[in-house]
Amino acid sequence: MINLELPQKVKNTQMMSHQLAAGVFRPIARKYDKIEHCEIPKELVPVGKMLAAAGSGGKLGADGGGGGEGVKNGGNMMGVVGTTEMAWGCCGLMLSIPGMGLGNAAISAVGSPEQKEKFGKLYCAMAITEPGCGSDSAAVQTTAVLEGDEWVLNGEKIFATAADRGDAVVVWASLDKTIGKAAIKSFLVEKGTPGMSVVRVEDKMGLRVSDTAALLFDNCRIPKENIMGNPEIADTEEARKKAFGGVMQTFDNTRPQVAAMSLGVARAALELAKELLEKESVCPQYNKSFFNSTALEAELYKMEAELEASRLLTLKAAWMADNKIPNSKEASMCKAKAGRVGNYITLRCVEICGSLGYSEDALLEKFARDSKILDIFEGTQQIQQLIVARHVLGKSSRDLK
Amino acid sequence: MTAQAIDLLFDLNLTEEQRITRESLIRFSNVEVQSISRLSDEDGAVPADFYDKTAQLGLSLLSIPEEFGGAGMPRSPLSNMLSLEDLGKGDMSLALGTMTPLSFVNVLLDQGSESQQEKYLSEIADEKFKVGTIALMEPKATFEATELDTTADKTDAGYILNGEKSMVALAEDALSILVVAQCDGVISAFVVERGAEGLAIQKEEFMGLRPLGLYRVTLTNTLVSDSARVGGSDNPFDVQRVVDLGNIGLCAAAVGCCQAVLDYVVPYVNERVAFGEPISNRQSVAFMVADMATEIEAMRLMVYRAASRAEQGLGFHKEAYLAKVLVADKAMEIGTNGVQLLGGHGFTREHPVEMWYRNLRSVGILQGVAVV
Repeated sequence: MINLELPQKVKNTQMMSHQLAAGVFRPIARKYDKIEHCEIPKELVPVGKMLAAAGSGGKLGADGGGGGEGVKNGGNMMGVVGTTEMAWGCCGLMLSIPGMGLGNAAISAVGSPEQKEKFGKLYCAMAITEPGCGSDSAAVQTTAVLEGDEWVLNGEKIFATAADRGDAVVVWASLDKTIGKAAIKSFLVEKGTPGMSVVRVEDKMGLRVSDTAALLFDNCRIPKENIMGNPEIADTEEARKKAFGGVMQTFDNTRPQVAAMSLGVARAALELAKELLEKESVCPQYNKSFFNSTALEAELYKMEAELEASRLLTLKAAWMADNKIPNSKEASMCKAKAGRVGNYITLRCVEICGSLGYSEDALLEKFARDSKILDIFEGTQQIQQLIVARHVLGKSSRDLK
Repeated sequence: MTAQAIDLLFDLNLTEEQRITRESLIRFSNVEVQSISRLSDEDGAVPADFYDKTAQLGLSLLSIPEEFGGAGMPRSPLSNMLSLEDLGKGDMSLALGTMTPLSFVNVLLDQGSESQQEKYLSEIADEKFKVGTIALMEPKATFEATELDTTADKTDAGYILNGEKSMVALAEDALSILVVAQCDGVISAFVVERGAEGLAIQKEEFMGLRPLGLYRVTLTNTLVSDSARVGGSDNPFDVQRVVDLGNIGLCAAAVGCCQAVLDYVVPYVNERVAFGEPISNRQSVAFMVADMATEIEAMRLMVYRAASRAEQGLGFHKEAYLAKVLVADKAMEIGTNGVQLLGGHGFTREHPVEMWYRNLRSVGILQGVAVV
């Protein structure tokens, strides 16, 4: 039966996440934005332990639970709702919670039982992007060569979230650059492994507290068993497609979560803008038609409508994942919409609040800086459009480049 | 309606009943509606037998109580919304026309007294297409449903109505017109019957929705009895509910129409060759199509949420309001991009995209037409 309201158990997750965001993240958001480069913020250590104990990590892609037939609202939807609330508090801090790295999501999705046992409790970053390859993740230049019982990694990675503070990194590397994407595998590298070094930590416009590192692999040797998934290179065209498709499928689960970050930051901005405006007696009542409202009211309605549309698209994509319905198109749709809407709303909120919006006295300017990356990482706006377009038009990546 | 106390899961599946109804409606929309869409637009009228065919679907009489000649089914804004989406995919004008009696029925079911329901709904519950309609809008750029110029003045004999109403669907064929007017400082509604004295009905012409039949209704000292007033001083007429349910219905029809645009442009851009390959191989074209698909899904979910809240008896004003804000904007964008993607061909009346462009412009304007 069509119902787009959240059930109580999801609302409970929402409420708990909101308390955490309001009680822990929000009060220290400005402080850490100013500090920027530091060790793991001490306030987040107990948060990481608490979330690990609650088993919040690694539920993506799992089905809704509860067993039996019928519709499910499970890990993906809880993830989306929880992430939205935490990002409402501070997206940078949320991404800095120890134990909640992107690498952790990958390990829980495709890691072996032994890898999950060994690395599951660590804080694991993810290193895909290279100086010469961003969205084109199939063009990875970092290599992995098997020598005896060890893989030898060589190459350079950039923009790896939490790679400085993390305990380990999931690294994408090619077994044979002449083969293309089928030869790309991911590897688990522990912090302190000789040959891996942090070259620098980026200075960024937003998400400042979250560490974004560049890594160098210079004959970095790791145990043979640290490869994730099947070590064989698929030998048929079909199998190669499938192998890389499997890697990319992780994104079907993670994209709604990143869309959720955008929803959280945008809602934070919109709520704050409304608070500021209310002090100046601007209180939208939804009681006049759009064009009979003031320009300011109309703009607030428009932002709210766009935000709600993005939220529902994101919930739908998560609902599909929970119910094992293929959602690649919908995952990209929600990421595209939420990404652009989040950026639009946060920038607009700064503008409509004038000097108060632009000022560092309030958090609006920070939200506007933070939101930009959410339309870029985990697949840019344009990559999402490309994926949606291929689905809708029935085109391959060869036809529609 | 489902009790709101039940803790429902987030769900986008149709019930079995909805699925079956949809199947037959989609078939009807493809076979009977879409096929006559262009012809009706050119004629500015529907074929003579069309509305009687829609009466076979029984949409108007489904939720009329059995004692008044209906089927006595529960009132379902959600099912009505889905019907509008499906019919709207075939043709927006014909969808709105088909649902016009139902709009009138729904308002009386929601807000009319039992004797009013008996009097006005019995004549609509028929195997032939019988019309009741709502006269809410006025010919005014800054029209606001809660601030009307049409007036009703209480006299000993009843109420005297004066004013000018615009975009009244199917008014010429209507047995009853629900006229919304300002009465003693509050918005009220009165049923004016066919042939009432001082009632003048004149066809209006618009850039789109040409076959729908929208009329200017002028009331000059039209007298109605006390019993024609819907709602009273203790239970005032809820015009906001009419506007909100109407927005849900109109937006649903627009979502259907936008889906038709998308379904039409996809094969076109895949087949149209320029510079040696299909134009859909170019990102500038492909991204337009991608955004269309994304926004259609977004609009649909907004409309579903508002309708589903109405169905469950939850408040839905804000949801309907925001749905309208989004749909008015995105539906028109899809309408204009539909023409753009066909280039000069899209500008000709050989293709339906120019018609959809004209029809979709109405979404930001119409009110009180497709009350679900």
